[in-house]
Amino acid sequence: MKIHGRAFVFGDNIDTDLLAPGPFMRAPIEELARHCLEAIDPDFAHQVRPGDVVVAGRSFGIGSSREQAVQALAQLGVGAVVAQSFARIFYRNALNLGVPAIACADLVAERGDEIEVLPAEGLVINHSRGTRHRGELLPPRLLEIVEAGGLMPWLERRGTGTPA
Amino acid sequence: MSATLVDKILARASGQERVVPGEIITAGIDLLMMHDSGGPRRVAPRLEKLNAKVWDPSRVVVVSDHFVPAVDIESAEILALTRRWARDAGVRHYDMQGICHVVLQEHGHVQPGMFCLGGDSHSCSGGAFGAYMIGVGATDITGALVTGQTWLKVPDTVRMQWNGALADGVSAKDILLFLCATLGMGNEGLVFEYCGEAVERMPMAERMVLCNMAAELGAETGIVAADATTLAALARAGRPFEGDLGHWRSDPDASYLHRYRFDADALAPQVAAPHSPANSRPVGDYAPVRIDQAYVGACTGAKLSDLHMAARVLAGRKVAAGTRLLVAPASAATITEASADGTLQTLTEAGAIILPSGCGACAGMGAGMLAAGETCIATTARNFKGRMGSAQADVYLASPYTVAATAVAGVLRDPRELLAESP
Repeated sequence: MKIHGRAFVFGDNIDTDLLAPGPFMRAPIEELARHCLEAIDPDFAHQVRPGDVVVAGRSFGIGSSREQAVQALAQLGVGAVVAQSFARIFYRNALNLGVPAIACADLVAERGDEIEVLPAEGLVINHSRGTRHRGELLPPRLLEIVEAGGLMPWLERRGTGTPA
Repeated sequence: MSATLVDKILARASGQERVVPGEIITAGIDLLMMHDSGGPRRVAPRLEKLNAKVWDPSRVVVVSDHFVPAVDIESAEILALTRRWARDAGVRHYDMQGICHVVLQEHGHVQPGMFCLGGDSHSCSGGAFGAYMIGVGATDITGALVTGQTWLKVPDTVRMQWNGALADGVSAKDILLFLCATLGMGNEGLVFEYCGEAVERMPMAERMVLCNMAAELGAETGIVAADATTLAALARAGRPFEGDLGHWRSDPDASYLHRYRFDADALAPQVAAPHSPANSRPVGDYAPVRIDQAYVGACTGAKLSDLHMAARVLAGRKVAAGTRLLVAPASAATITEASADGTLQTLTEAGAIILPSGCGACAGMGAGMLAAGETCIATTARNFKGRMGSAQADVYLASPYTVAATAVAGVLRDPRELLAESP
């Protein structure tokens, strides 16, 4: 598994109300996704393309348990999220839905930088700057779930046992 | 071998002699709660695809609280699907009886020593009963419904000792806003265990606030060891606790990551400025802020004791001209009790509008949404941008005392001043 795309860069404490605004939670995911992060970046949902990478600071995804926070990003094609740290429920949701969430303390990137993410190696490369960054390695069973495309495909593949 | 309360619960739930922070365990679930937003509508298609059934319907509770009462066809369909699914699966369903975290406690579902999963980030509220209860998303809920288990990384426990007593007009909400400002929202991997005289004095509803806002601290959960107050609440709920109370507490020499000590007497009412609970500071530090809407609602701030706090400030007073006060009691039972003891009348005589029980405007789903340029003060847990309506609205967070005092003044106001003047 390898993700290669452009960086969209955000700060600390990007919350679930920014990612999946409550007033659109009744709507289908296609519509909800159009409002993803619009309160702080009205261009994001229009400009992001499949394989692009969201880069952020601390506690990315703080707030609600709503999985639509991850699904909205996935719907827009976001290939991975690299953040200094993740809020606990968002982190589980991301892996459960097959979106690699890589904690990386020292990635420096600007919007539009060319980023490559290698979850199995815990490696993040900024090709625009020529820098390589060590991210947190996922425990093997969780990596297996992400690479399967999430917990549901993983459960379908192996029958209904217990993960991790 | 000494252990924290959290260590003991997780060891029992995982069938291990002991657990070590950082270790990944698989734990058996004693109680699983989900609501109409993250529950059946998202879980049912997945269960069908897996051709799987609920592992133990007697351990599953569904609460419809997010889209209630239906305001459009989409929410009506979600609620109808939730009813059908709960009936077919044979699980307990509380339909429009109030907010899930409050309804669970009213019926005594969460008991000391339990390991519980909830499909909502404020599920940590259950920690007030000496249980380990965490919020997760719908895929985790699906996996748990099928297997009766989930995985987790054993957290470190941080001991939060609050000595002394809170001043009149200061509440558990002020403690948590203060902690959000002091510790920030990035406390992943930690459980906050609350203790000390100020906590021992608190009724269950206030202990629930301590644990509820573990979500805003970014912590795994919050917890308070059960005591006589807990047992009395469970007995009242009709499910008396029959286990060994002495076991379900941290050993005196247990190993904590940190031990904090705070002086409850010194705490002033706190207010969080937009757009983060971590933007909190004492109410007296603010320049006058004009308020369009005061909102008493949500699992964090509309239980009976919260309504009592608001009513003490509002008794014999009127909401300021140009300000509206909306009150969405946390549950149907809260409305019944607040009606019987005169609290509702005190609120409505002051000018409050009573809204249906449910997550409502706090979740950006129900009545009480905000327009661009409006300013709100709320007893809720979160003031993230756009949460209560327009992304151009400002939301301040405070206790029910402070929200009520602000509703009367029309601008941010220290409730201690009004309480001191009360007849």
